[in-house]
Amino acid sequence: MTIRSNRDHAQHYRPRMTCLKKVEALVVEMQDSKSGVTATEQKLNVTTIPHVMTGQDILAWIANKMKMDAEEAQALGTMLVAYGYIYPLQDHKKLILKPDGSFFRFQTPYFWPVQKWQAEDIDYAIYLAKRNMRKKGTLEVYEQARYNEFHKWLNPKWDFIVMQATEQYRANKQRQKADRVVFDCQERAYWIVQRPPPRAHSALDCMDRLVDPNDETRTYDHYRRTTIYLQQAMARSRVKSTVSLGALVKYINTYKNHDPFLAPCTPSNPWLSEDDTYWELNLPTVEVPTKMRVERWSFSLMDLFNDPRGRKDFKLFLKKEFSGENMAFWEAAEDMVWGSAASMADQSQTIFKTFLIPGAPRWINIDGRTMGLTVKGLEHPHRYVLDAAQTHVFLLMKKDTFFRYLKSPVYKDMQKRAIVPPLHNYSDAQVEQNARNRRPGTDPILIWQQLETERKAADLAGKPVDISTIKNKIDRK
Amino acid sequence: MGEMEQLRKEAESLKDQIIVARKGFADTTLQEAVAGTAVVSRVQLKTRKTLRGHLAKIYAMHWGAGLTQCVSASQDGKLIVWDTLSTNKVNAIPLKSSWVMTCAYAPSGNLVACGGLDNMCSIYNLKGKDGNVKVMRELASHTGYLSCCRFVSDSEIITSSGDCTCILWDIETGTEKTIFAGHLGDCMSLGVAPDFKSFISGACDYTAKHWDIRDGNCTHTLSGHESDVNAIGFFPNGNGILTGSDDATCKLYDLRSDQELITYQDATIMCGVTSLAPSLSGRLLLAGYDDFNVNIWDALKAERVGVLAGHDNRVSCIGVSSDGMACCTGSWDSFLKIWN
Repeated sequence: MTIRSNRDHAQHYRPRMTCLKKVEALVVEMQDSKSGVTATEQKLNVTTIPHVMTGQDILAWIANKMKMDAEEAQALGTMLVAYGYIYPLQDHKKLILKPDGSFFRFQTPYFWPVQKWQAEDIDYAIYLAKRNMRKKGTLEVYEQARYNEFHKWLNPKWDFIVMQATEQYRANKQRQKADRVVFDCQERAYWIVQRPPPRAHSALDCMDRLVDPNDETRTYDHYRRTTIYLQQAMARSRVKSTVSLGALVKYINTYKNHDPFLAPCTPSNPWLSEDDTYWELNLPTVEVPTKMRVERWSFSLMDLFNDPRGRKDFKLFLKKEFSGENMAFWEAAEDMVWGSAASMADQSQTIFKTFLIPGAPRWINIDGRTMGLTVKGLEHPHRYVLDAAQTHVFLLMKKDTFFRYLKSPVYKDMQKRAIVPPLHNYSDAQVEQNARNRRPGTDPILIWQQLETERKAADLAGKPVDISTIKNKIDRK
Repeated sequence: MGEMEQLRKEAESLKDQIIVARKGFADTTLQEAVAGTAVVSRVQLKTRKTLRGHLAKIYAMHWGAGLTQCVSASQDGKLIVWDTLSTNKVNAIPLKSSWVMTCAYAPSGNLVACGGLDNMCSIYNLKGKDGNVKVMRELASHTGYLSCCRFVSDSEIITSSGDCTCILWDIETGTEKTIFAGHLGDCMSLGVAPDFKSFISGACDYTAKHWDIRDGNCTHTLSGHESDVNAIGFFPNGNGILTGSDDATCKLYDLRSDQELITYQDATIMCGVTSLAPSLSGRLLLAGYDDFNVNIWDALKAERVGVLAGHDNRVSCIGVSSDGMACCTGSWDSFLKIWN
């Protein structure tokens, strides 16, 4: 007996249902009398139940058909049970596939999760009432609690529920005993999947989507907006695939050795060895960085800036070249973008006086048009007013200063000094010891505070000395 | 009616023109570009830690910018901040509404946010003066459930909702700064670019959109999926978008050339993708599925190079830590596992 279902599933509304189409195809195949899972009759509590399979057989069939190993087959099998396509006969509340001789049966398509009707509370109430009718006291504790709840808030419909339950009960009595047992098992399994007992696995997402994307009623406004958007999309500049794909592949290959999933890291991966030497060596405030870190600085200017140690090194280089104002301006602009709204007016004034006024102590060299735009924008300062100037300065640094930095003695010296920590291979016992001896680790907030104090000190030192105040002091003396 | 027909035809013809224009720029495919590269060898990751403590399905997790801290949200009404290396719980925050669907950790480490069926995004301050974790803001203006939220900074957060819009909020004042409308179905997920200037959202209208945060415009619409886009993420260099959908496939799109590059699918995978995360270099794509497994794909060659099997129920969320050292998966079986 093969159970087939070829109903159409226009289930766009309800989540996860489209992929269950593929699962159904697999289940149909499994039920094929010739090439499917072998099913026999089993005697269970006096009655004979047809078409019962063992967990092992199901697993073996899946592993064979899908060409996967036992672990994956176990996962797929458990999924079939959790969604309700196969139900266990013994221990019916635990919805997993046991890889042993325990018995399973296929669920009838009427009860498959993709059917057009949703498992409503009314249906559940009817089911519970029916079971209650059959023999008082067969409801479990949680079911009894739910039944009482339904009695309370489904009260207006209670007559309908009781009537339906009685009808179904009577119809059920007229079936043959074997059929009755089978149907009861199927219904019970269905409701365990749809309304799981507390703290049990449930694979079904009971939440529908809010908006129906199949809703075809479109307004005039919608079409107008779509047309404008599409026209803009047409006009958008595109890059040739060769260029952009080349960049993508290059990015992956550049970072390949720095990816901890692909390449081992020295001295040891903290997750494997419970030893956080790796993180200690790579702190933002460390004196001598590791070789891998120094190599990463050469990948791009953003990588250099994102690493506080790299920024420090770059600033050292700029100090030697007496061209630190670009970097200082970029940092000041970043502060404005990420800073609080209250300090914005003051910050913009400081930046204007320090960097942009002709004859300013740290005057930056940007082209006339950008300068004009920025100065005009500063009359009404907002967070992103320095964006054009910041981008210009960044590009200047990227195209010119960055390459000179990479060739400079400062960087080459750092490369020589960078350490390559030796690889540690910890045995299992040592790993456990590491776990016991591990310190609580440095709180990222502390590191951040440290960096902030350092930065403030550096700012103070870098500020141009105000000669007039010193002169006043000397005069007063 | 005639006018509507005309407009509809105009929209259709523009769409065709865009397809033609895209083809014009497609002078090579990803397969050709990587023809010389070998497939990555089989990647075996093992569970290093299991974080136990939630009592119900875990719906979301997010790594912090620090190296070992992450936050997870579960429908037992708790938001737990973990120190993953020692498996200690740093904070266990009780929530007003237990129907939480998303959580996020601010890059600075000071704030966490969560939201769900209460249509609100609640922001909690972890570094309060007296050590207590309190609600700092409740951002309420969505008319649908909150499916995802991500911090842009300590003062801005982006949320996506079932009412088909995404909103950029100003946390200090608690008001909406920009509303990004354009999707035709529930927005299910969002991701912020590495340079924080743009973000992407995936929705139930089978498309993903790329938005500019400052302008508020949608710059790209990426289609190709046959079902809801459940998971979305940026490629590490910021120019590529990875999407995962209920049709059991993941796709990689390129923003600069506006093309769909490659589809990650396999005949043996029948379940929808619930979450995804790229590794640090972008070479590996880790995707969590409804069949309780996580598959690891070689991003360039579109072949499966590994499986993380260990959960007893659907894998609902996945994340790779900021230094790329470990990946964390959260599942409906109420456990979080750290893999390496």
